[in-house]
Amino acid sequence: MSISITRRQTLFVGAAAIAAAAMGQSVGPAHAANNIDELAKKFTGGAAPVEGKVKLDLPEIAENGNTVPITVSVESPMTDADYVKEVILLADGNPNAGVATFHFSPASGLAEANTRIRLANTQNIVAIAKTSDGKYYTAKKQVKVTIGGCGG
Amino acid sequence: MSTPKPRIKLDKKEAKKGDIVEVKALVSHVMETGQRKSADGKVIPRKILNKFTCTVNGKEVFSADFEPAVSANPYIQFKFKAQESGPVVLTWIDDDGSKIVGEDSIKVL
Repeated sequence: MSISITRRQTLFVGAAAIAAAAMGQSVGPAHAANNIDELAKKFTGGAAPVEGKVKLDLPEIAENGNTVPITVSVESPMTDADYVKEVILLADGNPNAGVATFHFSPASGLAEANTRIRLANTQNIVAIAKTSDGKYYTAKKQVKVTIGGCGG
Repeated sequence: MSTPKPRIKLDKKEAKKGDIVEVKALVSHVMETGQRKSADGKVIPRKILNKFTCTVNGKEVFSADFEPAVSANPYIQFKFKAQESGPVVLTWIDDDGSKIVGEDSIKVL
């Protein structure tokens, strides 16, 4: 047969390409295509964060990517000598990896905060905490997003 | 545009010194990401609340930097340790420099 691509196939390929371009990134989960590594490095100053102490609470499946509740908490005595200074939240599948940064002090009492965020598609959320003694801790969680909050 | 009034809720009005007080706050804002395009193909410029601060009796207890990934009508929940009575002032700063301020108070017994 001489015809390799039918009209139907052409249409299908075209539609898939448009869908991929509309979200501004490739299809498929768990891809670090944005500036997440750059932002993480900037936050830690090049230090490699240790896993642990940080707890990320997110739904496993988010039906609406426009508003996903997220709670981050860090184990710490929160005394003048030992407390959590900052926590950064990053998302590896959004157009921009930055989500929010929380600044704590001993007056915070507990290093815990909750907000609602936008997620463009299924992706990993990373939290990195910086303590007063200059140590870094991290946690990571994948969230499946049914309807993206890309605004498209 | 009229300044939206934030909704603020403290889990207690009175606390013993050293108690942990939880604050929940919600404010109306579009949090335009700067990623969206209008019907005629133009990019809608970014307009978000990029900074949030909470002070208790004039001392900062918590603050946050927001990126466009924070949802519209941003919600924030955090805690502080009750030290002294006074006003609890929450401030959001817009990209255009304007401020949204809300206030509650805490009584430390």
